[in-house]
Amino acid sequence: MEEGKEVSRSVQESTAAYKIIQETFGAAVSALDANETMPFLEVLESGRWVEIALFMRDHAKLKFNYMACMTGVDYPAEGKVGIICNFQSLALLNHKLAVKVKCDRDGGCIPSVSRVWHTANWHEREAYDLFGMIFTGHPELKRILCPDDWEGYPLRKDYKVQERYHGIKVPY
Amino acid sequence: MQELERVGQGSVRVTRKSDKLVIVEKDLATEQMVLAMGPQHPSTHGVLKLECLTDGEVITEAIPCLGYLHRCFEKCCENVDYPAIVPYTDRLDYLSGMNSEFAYALAVEKLLDLEIPRRVEFIRVIVSELNRIASHLVAIGTYGIDLGAFTPFLFCFRDREIILGLLEWASGARMLYNYIWIGGLACDVPADFLKRVREFVAYFRPKAVELQELLTGNEIFVKRTYGIGIMPADVAINYGWSGPMLRGSGVKWDLRRNDPYSIYPELDFNVVVPDGKLSVIGDCLSRHLVRAVEMEESLNIIEQCIDKIPSSEGFNSRVAIPKRIRPKAGEVYSRAENPRGELGFYLESDGKSTKPVRCKARSSCFVNLSAMKDLSKGQLIPDLVAIIGSIDIVLGEVDR
Repeated sequence: MEEGKEVSRSVQESTAAYKIIQETFGAAVSALDANETMPFLEVLESGRWVEIALFMRDHAKLKFNYMACMTGVDYPAEGKVGIICNFQSLALLNHKLAVKVKCDRDGGCIPSVSRVWHTANWHEREAYDLFGMIFTGHPELKRILCPDDWEGYPLRKDYKVQERYHGIKVPY
Repeated sequence: MQELERVGQGSVRVTRKSDKLVIVEKDLATEQMVLAMGPQHPSTHGVLKLECLTDGEVITEAIPCLGYLHRCFEKCCENVDYPAIVPYTDRLDYLSGMNSEFAYALAVEKLLDLEIPRRVEFIRVIVSELNRIASHLVAIGTYGIDLGAFTPFLFCFRDREIILGLLEWASGARMLYNYIWIGGLACDVPADFLKRVREFVAYFRPKAVELQELLTGNEIFVKRTYGIGIMPADVAINYGWSGPMLRGSGVKWDLRRNDPYSIYPELDFNVVVPDGKLSVIGDCLSRHLVRAVEMEESLNIIEQCIDKIPSSEGFNSRVAIPKRIRPKAGEVYSRAENPRGELGFYLESDGKSTKPVRCKARSSCFVNLSAMKDLSKGQLIPDLVAIIGSIDIVLGEVDR
């Protein structure tokens, strides 16, 4: 970003929303990356993620009632996988914010927010299916897109497709 | 009225005994039945399996099982360049390819911070709105046929043929267009295209009214959809619903208005919300009505675009397309109003490669369908068909 370039209104709104979260949770959340395309914060203590989620949904000045998307991402350089959630306060305060939560690749867990936003239910199943992180507290964590007995987590960067599935040769 | 005599308990056998109907019941099975609806089923609008646990005719739970059309869109995107992803986005929601391409192009253009020529913007909106009408026609036609109304189906497809012909004339393909490219269009529209679109708009207006009369004016259709599958507005938002589903629950939310992109801020159109006079707000009939009236709004948008579009003098649809699309490092989540809801793309670029690090398609149907389990509790099996039809899913987008 150039020096002195005006920050757009939507980034200003996201920054204001971030400040409210940071006042309450302090060191549990990272600094806001206030870029123009997707301002985001990272939850550093993933154990408090559900608490932060409820705060974001219910606080009078935040009211993030709508989870637009939850994306699973692989960070091979850090040895982690994570999720990126995009929120909006739909038809209420209209501001947007993105939140990242990361966990270890092998056996990493992220608390499930499927009871805070029902949208998260299937999105977390998809992230588990494709990346392999466990969502603790999810009511029904099983594969959703791949077959139930598929091996491996396809969207990881080091994924090697299995040789055979029920006797059918997989790589073509 | 004939007298009925019941003997015993269990499976039913009806016999006649000297002018009296006798119903003999023996060993009546009362446990829950597992009924697999799909993946091959005419009413599931694609390869969707619904595992229904039923108590007789009443459904206790209908669990969607997905993945039959999973084609690894997101993995493929990591292996090809940004422009080559456009044909893949067509194939997500294949009934509204233009809208899907539009959403993707918007996302990459945000990362690149590109400025698009005005005529390109107008053509994009015209073809997207034409595709919206075509998509709603399929939704309405197949909804009617699911519920037994056979006539509107072919009326819808007759009109959709004209739209598909127009889009084939513009882009070369009837359904999977590869027309809206990042930074522009594949080519300009043909010389008489806008004139023919205007003729189509004039032709279609009375047809849309006729379609309303055939379905909403039909008592049987109303009886099968009125008060079925009611979803309150705040629950709908919590489930992540968007598009006609959310507007059918009374929430006046349209991304073209509330999070505008392209030239939509300059266009005058209404966001269609049911008023509760013909239907219960949030039921299947409301969602159907939203789609039916939205088609008329799309016609208005198209007419305004044709009136305002800059001329094609010296126009090159590819002038703003960069030679090599290599966005700077960053992420974006950008969304557009698809006929089925919000189609969002999350893109992450590392600034060095011409391929995305991560491309995720946030599918409207996937999120809309996730409420199926709770919507279907306690419904009858025929009402389940009405609910699935009103959600208007396309499995290409659900499974990606």
